[in-house]
Amino acid sequence: MYLLLIFFPLIGFIISIFLGRFISPKGSAFISCFFLILSFLLSCISFFEVGLCRCPVYIKLAPWIDSELFDASWGFMFDSLTVSMCVLVTCISSLVHIYSTGYMSHDPHQPRFMSYLSLFTFFMLMLVTSDNFIQLFFGWEGVGLCSYLLINFWFTRLQANKSAIKAMIINRIGDFGLALGIFSIFLAFRTVDYSAVFCLIPYYVNYNIFFFNIEFNLITLIGLLLFVGAVGKSAQLGLHTWLPDAMEGPTPVSALIHAATMVTAGVYLIIRCSPIYEYSSSALFYITIIGATTAFFAASIGVFQNDLKKVIAYSTCSQLGYMVFACGLSNYSVSMFHVLNHAYFKALLFLSAGSVIHALSDEQDMRRMGGLIQLLPFTYVMIVIGSLALMGFPFLTGFYSKDVILEIAYSKYNFLGTFAYWLGIFSASITAFYSFKLIYLTFIANTNSYKTSMQSVHDAPFSMAFPLFILSICSIFVGYLTKDLFVGLGTPFWNNAIFILPDHLNIIDAEFIPIYIKWIPFFVSVFGALLAVILYYFFSKFLFDVVSSNLLFNFAYTFFNKKWFFDRLQNEVFGSFLLKAGYNTTYKIIDKGLIELFGPTGLSNLTFVISKQVSLLQSGKVNQYAFLMFIFFILFISVSLVLTVVTPYIDLQLSFIFMLYVLINNMILNKTK
Amino acid sequence: MLIDKSKFLFVATSLFFIGLCGIMLNRKNIILMLMSIELMLLAVNLNLIVFSVFLDDIVGQVFALFILTVAAAESAIGLAILVVFYRIRGTVSIEYINLLKG
Repeated sequence: MYLLLIFFPLIGFIISIFLGRFISPKGSAFISCFFLILSFLLSCISFFEVGLCRCPVYIKLAPWIDSELFDASWGFMFDSLTVSMCVLVTCISSLVHIYSTGYMSHDPHQPRFMSYLSLFTFFMLMLVTSDNFIQLFFGWEGVGLCSYLLINFWFTRLQANKSAIKAMIINRIGDFGLALGIFSIFLAFRTVDYSAVFCLIPYYVNYNIFFFNIEFNLITLIGLLLFVGAVGKSAQLGLHTWLPDAMEGPTPVSALIHAATMVTAGVYLIIRCSPIYEYSSSALFYITIIGATTAFFAASIGVFQNDLKKVIAYSTCSQLGYMVFACGLSNYSVSMFHVLNHAYFKALLFLSAGSVIHALSDEQDMRRMGGLIQLLPFTYVMIVIGSLALMGFPFLTGFYSKDVILEIAYSKYNFLGTFAYWLGIFSASITAFYSFKLIYLTFIANTNSYKTSMQSVHDAPFSMAFPLFILSICSIFVGYLTKDLFVGLGTPFWNNAIFILPDHLNIIDAEFIPIYIKWIPFFVSVFGALLAVILYYFFSKFLFDVVSSNLLFNFAYTFFNKKWFFDRLQNEVFGSFLLKAGYNTTYKIIDKGLIELFGPTGLSNLTFVISKQVSLLQSGKVNQYAFLMFIFFILFISVSLVLTVVTPYIDLQLSFIFMLYVLINNMILNKTK
Repeated sequence: MLIDKSKFLFVATSLFFIGLCGIMLNRKNIILMLMSIELMLLAVNLNLIVFSVFLDDIVGQVFALFILTVAAAESAIGLAILVVFYRIRGTVSIEYINLLKG
């Protein structure tokens, strides 16, 4: 059963990609949905067995790489962390599958689409269920590959190609860090199995290792390298630029990959490696700083975006920042709780946005929408539920995890905690602001849309409405239902899946912080939401004037709209520098320069020049021939004479060097002539 | 009377080098070239005879006689080639014998 839950999506993939031609788009859609739902049901059972009944499952399937000390096998480990992820992934994925049958029903390549979705789910399950780092890496790369295929689904669009390549390459940068991390783990521990590595960590606390000739603490180094992988996958500051660009794929893909599944892999890695991070406070420090900065940074960009999906993408990025800094503050269970909750309402938001886009014949710009509240009431309700959950409105899902994250940040009582808390509070208010801006501009404001597209507006068909409905139910209730299970005080749910040093434990402190601190997130969120509605309802003209009149405000708007010029920095400083270096140095100077000069071209040129010079000796004049004959005759005799006479007194090697010198000099003289 | 052989040898060697220079420095006349070759051969003959006399050995003179015949045959063939060449080209100037270049 445990293996089936992983391999059902693979079966769905195989059937719909190889037989999709024969069983028609509808058939392949049905098959892949069917297998995904089966996998979801099995995940629920495994959640019950492993999570609730607390009996972890280990399956050693087959040997994979078995070379001396290096032993990686196909092994599967189901502990509470894994089954939570399994339920999450299969649940969101089945809903996205069902949604795609409606959303992609007019697409000519539907079997391919469904098969990619299934393959993606398979790799994600592989990632979360592995019991060693190598197999995790397998899933990790597979997820990256599938994200490439899915973003690039409409492969005739240039923009989609570019985004997919960007996603692939930026992820690869992170994967490089992850691979280095795995290498150093193997170097130190001679194993890549989770259980063995995590057992050994405490014994290596003061162990140093040289990396690029710099001495690092082993555990810090491993932690940071693994975190580089997480930064790439989870779109943290620095390697985040692929996430918004990945909105070029179809909307269900965005919902699956960029809201619920792929980006959570980075956070999952950090949570899985909690025993490593717990023993390195400097790694935790960097994680917190980067996570908190990402939360703030992405939120600040989200406000100024006009693309419906980009706003949601940046809110994903921001929420990932929350999860990461919660990890950095050693509250892995809280982070995991937020991962689980966030997936529901973010998938809801994405899929509702997809519904809006679908209804408006693929218009994505919020400035060209408006007035949809009467036309799309169902989608409106869904998006409001999603947004309220996202901004952490009390008693919705987001409230239970987001507020806990902010509380644990405050109750850390150190610099890091305060830093993360205030950035988090600030981002929370901005999140509410842009969520309501989105709702207002899309649904409530007077319409700016074309008449033709407004005439063909239709609310979501059943296949799209059903997943939205389920997700909205989840967005409302999941947080409340599972709070005590995941982050309740003294919950036994996580038994050994998550390790927290007693020194770092502060979830109890978080319950006893001053009451006004607990109110702050609520008030800033409501303030942000109200501000958005008021600003856009009463002062939209004023806003426009502010932005367009003053040069400073205009610059500020451009600054945030263009993502802090981060893409520009990346493209123009790093990208073009590397491209130019690749072209000028590697290609022109080394490949086409040095190697050619000392290799084939230079050698053949040299032979050509020398032989030409030598053949010039034969001028065709008889007397010159006679002269040459005479000269060389003399030379021959004198050399043989001189050698016999001189050998006892002069080192022959010297004379040889002298002769060489004369020859070369002669050649150079000839050249200059 | 005892004559220093170096004088004979000097004459022979200078004749040889005069012949050599005649070949190398001459740019116009091919007859002169043939004559220089003859001169070189004569110098060699002289050399052989001098050594034959001084070593009191007949072999050198035998060689000298052979060389005389060879030289005669060689100049005969050389002149014949020249005549043939002249017939074709209408000139025997060395400047124009330069068709074979490297």
